Amino acid sequence: MAHRSPFPHSRRTFLRMSGLSAAALVAAGCGSNTGRPGSAQGDELVHWYHQYGEDGVRQAVERYAAEFEGADVRVQWTPGNYDTKLQSALQGSGPPDVFEYQTKVDLVRAGLLEPLDDVIADARDDFTEAALASHTVDGTVYGIPQAVDTQVLVYRRSLLSDAGLEPPTTFDALLDAARTLTGGDRKGLFVGNDGGVATLAPLALFSVGLAYVTDDHRVGFAEPEAADAYGRLRELFESDALLLGAPTDWSDPAAFVQGLTAMQWTGLWALPQIEEAFPGDYGVLPWPRLIDAGADSVPVGAFGAMAYAEGAKVDTAKEYIRWLWVERTDLQEDFNLGYGFHIPPRRSIAENADALAEGPAADVVRYVDELGRTSSPPEWTPAMESVLKDALTRIIKDGADPEPELRAAAEGVQDELDRLYG
Amino acid sequence: MNGSAPAARGPGRRPRARGPVLDRPAVAFWVFAGPFTAGLALFTVVPVLWSVYLSFFDARNTVAPTTFVGLRNYTDMLTSPAFLDSLLTFTVFAACTVPLMFAGSLALALLLHRARWAQPVLRSVYFLPAACSYVAASLIWKLSIFNGVRFGLANTVLGWFGAEPVAWLSVTDPPWYWLALVTVRLWLQVGFYMLIFLAGLQRVPRELYEAAWVDGAATGWSTFRHITLPQLHATSAAVLLLNLVAAYQAFDEFYNLLGTDGYYPPYARPPLVYLYFTALGAGQDFGRGSAGAVILALLIALATMAQGRFLGFGRSRA
Repeated sequence: MAHRSPFPHSRRTFLRMSGLSAAALVAAGCGSNTGRPGSAQGDELVHWYHQYGEDGVRQAVERYAAEFEGADVRVQWTPGNYDTKLQSALQGSGPPDVFEYQTKVDLVRAGLLEPLDDVIADARDDFTEAALASHTVDGTVYGIPQAVDTQVLVYRRSLLSDAGLEPPTTFDALLDAARTLTGGDRKGLFVGNDGGVATLAPLALFSVGLAYVTDDHRVGFAEPEAADAYGRLRELFESDALLLGAPTDWSDPAAFVQGLTAMQWTGLWALPQIEEAFPGDYGVLPWPRLIDAGADSVPVGAFGAMAYAEGAKVDTAKEYIRWLWVERTDLQEDFNLGYGFHIPPRRSIAENADALAEGPAADVVRYVDELGRTSSPPEWTPAMESVLKDALTRIIKDGADPEPELRAAAEGVQDELDRLYG
Repeated sequence: MNGSAPAARGPGRRPRARGPVLDRPAVAFWVFAGPFTAGLALFTVVPVLWSVYLSFFDARNTVAPTTFVGLRNYTDMLTSPAFLDSLLTFTVFAACTVPLMFAGSLALALLLHRARWAQPVLRSVYFLPAACSYVAASLIWKLSIFNGVRFGLANTVLGWFGAEPVAWLSVTDPPWYWLALVTVRLWLQVGFYMLIFLAGLQRVPRELYEAAWVDGAATGWSTFRHITLPQLHATSAAVLLLNLVAAYQAFDEFYNLLGTDGYYPPYARPPLVYLYFTALGAGQDFGRGSAGAVILALLIALATMAQGRFLGFGRSRA
């Protein structure tokens, strides 16, 4: 899922980061070491993060690590393909004690993730439901959510009202609005250069009341409604109202800010740039339902802090995670709101955050609370994801018949589910 | 070994034990060749052998597998529509790039060979793109030239003729993405092969042309057909072979032009991209990935041998 990395690096932030890294090296004086003298216990923990796009995150997490008194924590900042590097590290080549990742059932089945129920016990009810659900397998929590990210439909208020349109609350209204707003060099809607394969796969299912996987671990998209929902995405792709081939993809607000599109599906992280470009002239919406039995939804994703179950210092690692992500609420607030724009996973913090108190940002917080759905649940593995995306690409781009495509994909996914839950 | 032969003769006259250690031929040989051999063994030979070993095991999520499955990974790969499709993708790609690259670089070399002035400058200019990385070039192609909006370079050109903008890399019908895939490789590599042809042209003896003219051969096509082309035989064979192998190994421009966020769509997926995702991506299936790699290596070896047979590459000319 495109949501895998909650802080995508746009080209701009990436360039900024590379410029900054030189300064950061000088400032830190040395690589990733915390620079603290050895602690009394002599325990050393290695904590992996992927490379965040925002300035200052690395210095922040190193500062948090240095404050922990129970052990020497060495932060490893990991640029490049984090998924591959972490996966191969967990398989034996120097696994970290603590790391951030998504909880996936195949990792749990392989015994790599330490259960963290006792770590989160005191504050379990305070965490946003969808964020916690994305780290829960068979009722056990394996990751403590660090930062909640979501995606919304951003639209230009003035363009819609000039065209006499209401903000669309159904898929049909959205398609109409996209067609009406298309003209000249502007398209009506942008959902990604792939036509929505990456962003809309789970949302189209929610819009007809379905999901990737049912509660009893059966494939959730083998229904005729799923074929309808994905068939409508093909209609959108062919409508000539969809922006395709924009220089930057959906996760970057550039296409919207430059006026290439009147509406764009993008991330919460993009709102500050949009506010700067069109102050007061934009609104946010969830992905609308297709049928009455379906649901409006926003996807919720959250990296969680996890402990490597086979590590020698797993108890220290758990204590560190509890201290960092459960006890120190001030650090969670700093991490979420000090550098980029994310929702703190604990309601008590999110409700009191000024940056999220009004305007479209407040709407987003409300959507996450009321309509938020886990976009990549633990039972949905990367292998299943690529099977469905292949089918979806053929449906949307090639115009393949949705029913046989989905039936074939469902078989592959069910095999995988049976292997993991059988 | 040639290099060590003269060294062996010199110090050989003295009693061996008394000479400096480095003078001993075997020692000198290993001092120079040793590091390279060790590197080759460690980073190429061992992984290749390990990969062959893995291809006979069920190696999902591990590189130290225990379940022997015999040839199952091979039969899985050879019956997998996705893998066969990737071979088809390669075939289309090779069918486009190899002839175009051959004709393009030969034409450039012929023109440049005749250039009376600024030849060194022009040579450098055409060769320069070869120094650019595939990733950087792919990004330029994707973001500036073949983006889907009106101000993209390709769409600007279309606009002059009143045509609507095309989303080059997003649509599959018609498969416009091939245009970007093929042109980026041509731009990057044509100068390199041009240099090879240029070197070949400079070795064609002038007397051959003079003799032909004396015999009444017309300049132009017939001289080219009967003198230049046959004289470039060895060079042509080398260029064709290098091109074909490079097409098999295509990865960067495909991955960077069509992949997004660690996902690659099910079309235009060449073998290496498919194997990358099988072994290292979502699949983490090193057994099948290795089996596919072995099949691919065998195919390349076969194609090379077949080409050598037909074109006589590697044989010395009489």
